[in-house]
Amino acid sequence: MEGLTAFFDTYGALLAQGTWDTLLMTFVATFFAYVLGIPLGVLCVLTSPKGLKPHRVLNMVLGWIINIGRSIPFIILLVALIPFTRFVVGTSLGVPGAIVPLVVSAAPFIARMVEQSIEEVDGGLVEAAQSFGANVWQIVYKVFLHESLPSLVRGFAIVFITILGYSAMAGCVGAGGLGDIAIRYGYQRYQDDVMIATVIILIVIVQIVQSLCNYTARRMEHKS
Amino acid sequence: MIQIEHLYKTYPGGKQSEAHAALKDINLTIEDGSIFGIIGQSGAGKSTLVRCINLLERPTEGEIIIDGVNITDLTGKDLLEFRANVGMIFQNFSLFQQRTVLRNVTFPLELHKGYNKAEAKKRALELLELVGLADKADKYPSQLSGGQQQRVAIARALINNPSIMLCDEATSALDTMTTQSILQLLKDINKELGVTIVLITHSLLVAETICDTIAVIDAGQIVEMGFTKDVFENPQSDATRQLLGKRA
Repeated sequence: MEGLTAFFDTYGALLAQGTWDTLLMTFVATFFAYVLGIPLGVLCVLTSPKGLKPHRVLNMVLGWIINIGRSIPFIILLVALIPFTRFVVGTSLGVPGAIVPLVVSAAPFIARMVEQSIEEVDGGLVEAAQSFGANVWQIVYKVFLHESLPSLVRGFAIVFITILGYSAMAGCVGAGGLGDIAIRYGYQRYQDDVMIATVIILIVIVQIVQSLCNYTARRMEHKS
Repeated sequence: MIQIEHLYKTYPGGKQSEAHAALKDINLTIEDGSIFGIIGQSGAGKSTLVRCINLLERPTEGEIIIDGVNITDLTGKDLLEFRANVGMIFQNFSLFQQRTVLRNVTFPLELHKGYNKAEAKKRALELLELVGLADKADKYPSQLSGGQQQRVAIARALINNPSIMLCDEATSALDTMTTQSILQLLKDINKELGVTIVLITHSLLVAETICDTIAVIDAGQIVEMGFTKDVFENPQSDATRQLLGKRA
């Protein structure tokens, strides 16, 4: 017990700061990644050969962009994007410096998740909406997104946890966060107790997010 | 009145497939206030034909004149407005799973500018009363039986006060008893609201029960047309005889 108290006296503030940085990075990056990823995913569905606004070239280009974005390992992207990151947020360091590559890396992933969720929506519903005179944007909003909401929420859990995992690598650019602490204290200084503490905190965050999303999706789901 | 004149629908061929003529020289006149049936085997072109009437399918050639307006000329906003005035129900009901019964019925109204939530609700409840489901307004479609779901779809199709209602195999997913009750409801709607009903079906029983006039479609062409009784008693074409023969 005494050991634990001593541990928290020494590392409590560090871990709290790390947790805060991790959550900040993950939430902000997830938010902006969705801002980019949802329109991208919707556009993919609309422009596909059987979509509402088929456009072969645009669909192909979007597909390439998404695939390329998903192919580059995050750690490479983190470094490769440094000039771009500086241009967007004025620095390539710290939490803001990590958010830009996180967004760039997660947006294509989200686009695919959104695309998949929308494709699960029964095509008959689109036809029904059209028969009542719905325009394309009304179909996107009221049919595609609204009908796939439970699936989108489940996807959110996967996205959030993936970004949380990526954010651990952001320590490379001095972004801080739990991953950074685990590397500096646990790996480089052999302080296993600190590493275990960071891992436990990460597990708790993942559990909470996953449970919340599952619960919300179940509450929303009215499919038989 | 719906007049269909020299209507063709051809699907362009791809690399592997040849061009496919789904509809060939269709000529039909559907009187206001009638219940008009289009019957035929699967793949005969019924679905394509009924979807041409609200332009879910664009005809390749020909005219569809509804109350003096050639609707095949409509595009953009005019098209959407026109569609809003033609109700449609489907084989698999096509209700929005994530919306309550009430919000399914108000859906078509929500698409309009200046949509008034309270008025929409009032109107939807009236229609739910009409189809006998006033107590189910807050349920979700998955909590209803097939017949109840189709009733909700009928209420939804009626909410814009359409003069025409299209029924795409509306009872094919339902059992015999439920089919009869849905057909009775459609009859009542036709009589009380004066809605012209265009119904496609492969079921002779459905056609016989409800339609004043029928057209038999085979391989994309109308092979026979007339009062239901006459066609059934004295079929003129092989396709019709074949359809009738199946029943015996």
